[in-house]
Formats: sequence, C-alpha cells, structure tokens
Amino acid sequence: MIELIQLVLYGVVLGSIITLGAIGVSLVFGILRFAHFAHGDMMTLGAYFAFVGYVTIGLPFWLAFPVAAAAAAGVAVLIDQTIYKRLRRSDPVILLISAFGMALILRSLVQIIWGPSNLVYASGIQLPIRIGDLRIKEDHFYIVGGALVLVIGLHLFLTRTTMGKAMRAMADNVDLARISGVNTEKVVIWTWVIAGVMAAAAGIFLAMDTRLHPVMGWRILLSVFAAAIVGGIGRPYGAIAGGMVIGISEEVSTLFINPSYKAAVSFAILVAVLIYKPTGIVGARR
Amino acid sequence: MSLLAIEDLYGGYGGADILSGVRLTVDPGEIVVIIGPNGAGKSTAMKSVFGLITVRQGRITFDGKDITRLPTQQIVRHGICYVPQTNNVFTSLTVHENLEMGAYVRRDNYAGQFDKVYDLFPPLRERRNRPAGHLSGGQRQMVAMGRALMMEPRLLLVDEPTAGLAPLFIDQIFQIVKDVNRLGIAVLMVEQNAKKALAIAHRGYVLTLGRNRHEDTGPNLLADREVAEMFLGG
Repeated sequence: MIELIQLVLYGVVLGSIITLGAIGVSLVFGILRFAHFAHGDMMTLGAYFAFVGYVTIGLPFWLAFPVAAAAAAGVAVLIDQTIYKRLRRSDPVILLISAFGMALILRSLVQIIWGPSNLVYASGIQLPIRIGDLRIKEDHFYIVGGALVLVIGLHLFLTRTTMGKAMRAMADNVDLARISGVNTEKVVIWTWVIAGVMAAAAGIFLAMDTRLHPVMGWRILLSVFAAAIVGGIGRPYGAIAGGMVIGISEEVSTLFINPSYKAAVSFAILVAVLIYKPTGIVGARR
Repeated sequence: MSLLAIEDLYGGYGGADILSGVRLTVDPGEIVVIIGPNGAGKSTAMKSVFGLITVRQGRITFDGKDITRLPTQQIVRHGICYVPQTNNVFTSLTVHENLEMGAYVRRDNYAGQFDKVYDLFPPLRERRNRPAGHLSGGQRQMVAMGRALMMEPRLLLVDEPTAGLAPLFIDQIFQIVKDVNRLGIAVLMVEQNAKKALAIAHRGYVLTLGRNRHEDTGPNLLADREVAEMFLGG
C-alpha cells in the first residue's frame, strides 16, 4: 500500500512535468492545427538555457528560471516566424515533417553546444524528506508547486485577459475570430510564447528530477503527446487531466512491469483512448 | 449617399467567378434583402464585403471609403458586422464571452452595450455563463446576432438567419431583425424564406447566376408575378 502511494506521488511529479509539455502541444494544435514534434526538444533547450543561467553564469535559480523560460519563448517565436509561418497554408503533414526536422536541428544544436554527456544543476545527493514511510525529495515540492502556479497563471490568462479569450476563440472557430476583428497572427505569436514558457518549465523540472541530456525531451515526447491526446488535443485544460493520468499510470505500472516499459504504458493508454474515446477524456469537442 | 455600395463585382473562391457583375447598395437605416435560387451567389456577395472571397474586379465602398480587399479582421473596425449562416458562435465560450468577443476591437467603454443586447435577447441574460454550444438553435442565433451588435455597427450583414430553425423561431428572428433595424442599424440579409423577408424589407435584390436580375422595393417584389413564380412558391 505504502509503495502504491509512493508511486502515485512520483506519478504526480512526473504528471506535472508532462502536463506542462502537453499544454503547449495542445495550445499549438488548437491554434495552428498541427502536431508540434519539436516540442520535446524545446523542453530540452529550456533546460539547457537554465543550466547556462544557473551553473555557467551563476545566477540565482529563481532568476535563471524565468530568464531561461523567456529565452525558450523567444526561440519558439523565432522558429515560428522564420519557418512555420511560411508553411501556414500548407498541408498539415508538411508542417508536421518540418517540426520533425526542427526537432532534429534543436537536438543536434544542444549536443554540439553542450556535448552528449549528462549534466546536472547541482551535484551531490539530495536527501529525501521522510513523512512516515513515504520519501519525498525537496525538489518534488518545487516541481509540483511550480507546475501548479503556471497552470493557475495559464487559467487566469485564458479566462481573464482579452488575448487569452481571443486565443480560446481562435481555437474554437478561426473564421469567426477573424470576423470579430482578431488579428490571428498576433494570437499565434502569443501561443508560441506560452508554449515556449511551459516547455522550458517542463524541461527544467525534468532536469531537476533527473539530469540534463540532449535526448531528455525527445524521450518524454511520446508521454507528452499521449497526455495531450488523452485530454483531448486542442484543449489545454484536458492536458492537465491527461498529464496526470499518464504520469501516474507510468509510475504505478512499475509495480507490475519492468520500468523500462514505462513509455509503452502511455502508448497503450493513448491507443485505448483513441479507440474508445477519440475526443479525449474531458468531454467531447464540438 | 449609400452606406454600402458594391459596384460591378466579379470574384469567387479562387476558381471560376461566382459573382459576375453584382451591383448593390444599402442606404443608412435600410433593411435590404437578397433573394435568389441556390448557387446564385447570394452568400458570396455578402462574404465579398468581409474580404472572405477573392475579388477579381469591382469595388466595394463603405461610407465612401474603399474597403475592397481589406483583410477580414480590419473590416469590423469600420462599423460593419457579419453574422455567418453556420458556425456563427464560439461554442466552447460562454454566452457572455461570445458577446465580449464581439466587442474585441473596441477600446472605448462598452459595458452598457451588454445590457442593451441582453434587453434585446432576454433568454441570453439568464444563460450568460453557459457555453454557447449548449444552447438551442434559436438561442444560438441570438448569441450570433448579439455578438455582432456588441460593436454597435452601422451595418449588419446577416446570412440566412432562419436556415434550419423551427417555424416558431422564424417569425421571432424576423422580429429581431426589425428590432435591430429600429435601433438605426442598416441590415443586409440573405434569406431563403423570401416571402417573410421581403415583407420586412425596404428593398430587395434578386440574384441569379451571380448577376442582378431584379431590384425593387420589398412590397413591389412581393407583388411581382415573375418573382412570385420563381421564389415565393406561386
């Protein structure tokens, strides 16, 4: 029983990371209608940006984090404006392939700049805090708390600000948004800013939980996409539910199967949801 | 001077022209109805005003300003609002948020306009926090019109507002159009339900094959025998 609760706790931590990635994937799909395969590598890039700020330059972590997030958002907007924008009217499959290419470019750049080996934000072992028989690392509190703050911030942005409402309106009905006077290109830029910030946060949290590696984001991309689709792609609120379902399932599955098959668990859930409830677990998209 | 003037317009959706020389004007405060058989280019003519088709030749002016080929998102700033026939509400947004989107480009204080719209459509007031996708067809049409009215436009374009609605709602919609017009807003409407539409219209146009066929006052078109045989069911 204790072991199960422990794994659920780890699942919430992993779920928080996956959620932040899945929100970006879902937002981008909702606005631009394509699967952004470079999202995992944007997470990686964000994590390395924080490494530069925190380790290389020596900024305090609370400052390195937002700086890295802003830099990742800038890169996301730059990629969109230089590459994806030219393909806006193309077939979605062309955008998907170009995103795949962008994933390879980002990953290779990370490898060229920072090398292929593991890096860490802080060396040494962090002793877990014990609560009864449960063990929780201090970083886990920061990860879950940070994800919570970002998700609440996103919610307030989407429901309270004019740009957030325009973003939801455009995801809902792009023609009607245009007719209402929404400058859709401006919404696209804001979408990339948010997706970039969320991806960087996910990458930084993932690196805090494990370590930095050029393929860290690519490896978790399947789980991120599974979460976005399980939650109903194009719906950022679904991504939260999807992220938790995938994160907790992956961790709890290690009770029964070899941990190296974790990714297979998210794939199995993904396939099951696509067969039985293709619109995602959070209501139906109309 | 006309509020809206479409002059000798040719264009379509990139392929062959759907409109082959349409001429149309709307004066301030008028209700103008476009009728005609399927494929006559009625909706296309309306979309041309909002930059939703490729205009090959011709000119569209609003209040004397040339708005031909302006990007869609800028047209609304001139004081024209458009209610499409289908998909005309944001289904996942609440009724109130739909109205807010209607006022998206307004930078002045428009808080009072919500009350005006809710007064015009009382059923919406009690459903203001419901997603628009959960409403009935007639109520959605109210949301769609309400969204457009949030701009306090000078001209409202309405594309087949009664399509797919139960007969009970059809009269209600035409009443709403009249009420909107009474606020001083000119209305250009495409409508299948020609008899009822002409009955509330100041003027009407009959389009066939992307061209003007007839143009007259609403009562005269209703009385015209050829029009009656073609569109009004004898």
